[in-house]
Amino acid sequence: MKSHLLPDFIVERIEDRCNRCGVCVKQCPWGVYSWNDDKTDILIDYTKCVGCQRCVVYCPNNALIVKPYYGSYRPNAYWTKDIISDIKKQAEQGGVLLVGTGSDRPYKVYFDHILLNASQVTNPSIDPLREPMELRTFLGRKPDQLEIEIRDDDIEIKTELYPNLVVETPILFAGMSYGAISKNAFLALAMASKEFGTLFCTGEGGLPKDMREEYGPVAIVQCASGRFGVDPEYLNCAAAIEIKIGQGAKPGIGGHLPGEKVTAEISATRMIPEGTDALSPAPHHDIYSIEDLSMLIYALKEATNYEKPVFVKIAAVHNVAAIASGIVRAGADVIVIDGFRGGTGASPKVMRDHVGIPIEMAIAAVDQRLREEGIRHKCSIIASGGIRCSADVVKAIALGADAVYIGTAALIALGCTMCQKCYTGKCAWGICTQDPNLAKRLNPKEGAKRLVNLLRAWSLEIKDMLGGMGINAIESLRGNREHLRGIGLEEWELRVLGIKGAGE
Amino acid sequence: MRFVDSYLEGVRKIDEIIKYAKIEGEVAEIDARDLRHKELNDLMRECVLRGARKLILKNVCGQRYIGTRLFFNPGVNVEIVIYGTPGNDLGAFLSGHRIIVYGNAQDGVGNTMDSGEIIVHGRAGDVVAMAMRGGKIFIRDSVGYRTAIHMKEYKERIPLLVIGGTAQDFLGEYMAGGRVVLLGLNLKNGKHKSHYIGTGMHGGIIYLRGKVEDYQLGKEVGVVDMEQEDWKFLEKVVEEFCGHFGNEIKVDKDEILGEKFMKLIPVTKRPYGKIYAY
Repeated sequence: MKSHLLPDFIVERIEDRCNRCGVCVKQCPWGVYSWNDDKTDILIDYTKCVGCQRCVVYCPNNALIVKPYYGSYRPNAYWTKDIISDIKKQAEQGGVLLVGTGSDRPYKVYFDHILLNASQVTNPSIDPLREPMELRTFLGRKPDQLEIEIRDDDIEIKTELYPNLVVETPILFAGMSYGAISKNAFLALAMASKEFGTLFCTGEGGLPKDMREEYGPVAIVQCASGRFGVDPEYLNCAAAIEIKIGQGAKPGIGGHLPGEKVTAEISATRMIPEGTDALSPAPHHDIYSIEDLSMLIYALKEATNYEKPVFVKIAAVHNVAAIASGIVRAGADVIVIDGFRGGTGASPKVMRDHVGIPIEMAIAAVDQRLREEGIRHKCSIIASGGIRCSADVVKAIALGADAVYIGTAALIALGCTMCQKCYTGKCAWGICTQDPNLAKRLNPKEGAKRLVNLLRAWSLEIKDMLGGMGINAIESLRGNREHLRGIGLEEWELRVLGIKGAGE
Repeated sequence: MRFVDSYLEGVRKIDEIIKYAKIEGEVAEIDARDLRHKELNDLMRECVLRGARKLILKNVCGQRYIGTRLFFNPGVNVEIVIYGTPGNDLGAFLSGHRIIVYGNAQDGVGNTMDSGEIIVHGRAGDVVAMAMRGGKIFIRDSVGYRTAIHMKEYKERIPLLVIGGTAQDFLGEYMAGGRVVLLGLNLKNGKHKSHYIGTGMHGGIIYLRGKVEDYQLGKEVGVVDMEQEDWKFLEKVVEEFCGHFGNEIKVDKDEILGEKFMKLIPVTKRPYGKIYAY
């Protein structure tokens, strides 16, 4: 069937710069560039281009420009090019549209309608360059009260404390499985976590045995509906365990890692035969209620001798506050809430773009509800899904989170350009692929360095923002909505976010 | 609303409950009558740390996660004998131990079990062997709904679940590996009532003794002929089953194997490979 689709991108070559070196042919996994028969010229088929910009960055002569294809249908604010292209694609292939990364739809971005406060005259700001500024964050259940005993100069805590995790900055790496991403990308996240003093989440693809001893202590291992790679050693080698109920990019549905990505090493890590689809059912079939969730939470605590906090990750959906309350009561130590902008390696487009609610709203609603019920201290909250910069981190924490997960931002640090083709397994940047020739493009050491740089940069910025507000510990910012003001928001939006409008 | 942690509240310390255990050499006997879920598991762990390798649990009544806490590195293997009714998630994440139950078991037997053996001299509830990845489970009588969901295998690690009676709906749903044997010994007219057998199945084998109509099967499974190897496998399994329960339910191997078995396998390893547009 002849495809009726228009190209997405166009490639322009600056002819007097190009010396036909062939780097573009090697770098492009999409088949845009090819040699002609006698290898004297390079042909360009821009209809295959996905806009990943790999060739542009690696062209030694800066001879290439990749830009959105400018030809289009008659302009129409309703029947946009995206809509028309999707219909044509489905008419040609008859299936569920797959996409990668978080939603790119132009829904209102609440982070961009919230402004931060700063001290002027009436309370002094703090200069983080000269004064200590505390970003260290403890994640886990806190006791109702502390009993202490003072003997001479010694103070001893008598209350038995729940296991807590310590991170040096309130930024952790979100669950991205080995299988969805390459071993090198996975390793880079683990190495960066260890170096900086934070944690990474394994996603549901297990933790390779050769990584357990060194990186287990900085790993949050996931137990998802497919239970891939979940064995007692996996649970016990980790810093914490995360029960994944849902994710922001595809709330309410399961996931399929296609058989062609289940290579020998992935099959060993997930403990399934090579080449079979790794199917994660939509629900955990042993969890149909809060009581059932509680049973799995305590099963995991039993399996790890009550030494590890148990996280529960859910997608931000309509009744998220009530659900979160149930999760705390079920015994979770940390709740992860993944907003509708949350990323993914593969999701049905319709789910990604139309299901869930914004993370800003979800965090505010959950924090408020747990405070009203007097159980906010029983768990920590991690905001996840679309955290783009240090200001988003600060706003999420002021809205009520203890810390944030970053996924997409971390991958961008590693090289990702958001071409959204993760599900094809052909990632030109070596991130979302199991093709050894592509995966080796990402050097885990260099990747880790980029990630550590990013964490350092954001942490410095967070300290600046805190200092400006006159706060010297990230803890004092948590749920501190007095430091936020809305701009361009309606009454109901301000009410849900629990913040005043600018000028109020 | 008061916050109640029903699982942890009121749990006594080891020194207060150690009196419920009698440890003699490698054998420890625990009276579970007054013990809460966690107390029993604390006590079992303590007994193993003190050298016990066989735990006899008396008067068990609903305590959950029996065997789950006993993960040690390097591993030890413990035999746990249970009198009474163990609670949900018996042997969840089980690592190498042998559990024998004289009584019925509740939901979640062998949940995400890694290795070891569970033998139930009675029936078991829902979600038996969910995501089981190794070891063996023998249930003398019947089991509830959602049995062997997402059971999986890897190379030589092939989990085995043998059920003497029958199973309710969704047997082997999403099954990705392993072997399930349903003997149908208590069927009245030789017919299983389970529906949606093997829905979404993409690995492993289910052997059924007794009748199942086509409409009871999921779309993703197919019935294939039994081969010599299958009979050899079944002979071993049934022999083991009769070794455990033969005296109680008066059956013998030849009688069981004398009847027809159905073999169910997935139609494809990739049931949902063709529903996407790229």
